[in-house]
Amino acid sequence: MDAETRVPILRDVDVVTARQSGRALGASLGFGAADLTLIATAISELARNIVDYAGRGEIVLAIAEERGRRVLVVVARDDGPGIPDVGLALQDGWSSGRGLGLGLPGARRMVDEFEIDTAPGRGTTVTLKKWLPEGR
Amino acid sequence: MRVPVLKQGACLVAVFQPGLTDAELLALREDLSVRVGEHRARGVVLDVTALDLIDSFGARTLRGIALALRLRGAETVLVGIQPDVAFAMAQLGLTLEGVDTALDLEEGTALLSRRLAARRHNGR
Repeated sequence: MDAETRVPILRDVDVVTARQSGRALGASLGFGAADLTLIATAISELARNIVDYAGRGEIVLAIAEERGRRVLVVVARDDGPGIPDVGLALQDGWSSGRGLGLGLPGARRMVDEFEIDTAPGRGTTVTLKKWLPEGR
Repeated sequence: MRVPVLKQGACLVAVFQPGLTDAELLALREDLSVRVGEHRARGVVLDVTALDLIDSFGARTLRGIALALRLRGAETVLVGIQPDVAFAMAQLGLTLEGVDTALDLEEGTALLSRRLAARRHNGR
């Protein structure tokens, strides 16, 4: 992995900073406008989850190369309460916060790879990957 | 930065700015609800042309604004959702059910005029 961008997430303005950073990094990598909007929206959902549920955390953005292809990696990390039932949290429409319950499942649909590591009391780490379409 | 709200005839137009925060969106909700009363506005246009995304919190809050304003007696129309934003919203499952949408400010104002005319016709 080369350059990393870290965005501390503490309040709502940081959500805006995180998604703008993701959009900028994605653009520098060569993603098209539609993909950049998906990336920024997914980051927004994850960053807001941090503010709402954990209070503080960070979004780490990086460019990696895997199997000869460039990929944008987004890691959302917090030391919050963790998610007791990940299966439930990944279901459309389930929410314990002020969203629509589409944040996690929605973010998952907007990227190519989605990984979540969480347990009660152990915080939550969500990793998203979006592959650069070939020929870009 | 607060969302500027302009008065245009019997309508209010809220012009969203890029980089809108959650707090600013919630402030707009309060602001519009009060100003509909102050100006006796019958219609409100939410112009989101400048927004580069609408996530689940944004969609939920916009829908809440439109429904609350209807209870205050004003029709609301959301205009200017950009093509990529619409695509991402659909991907996310955000349908904004119960909220009228139009292509742009011009179409939105025309839609509101028709609705308000129909209201008068029905004696509401």
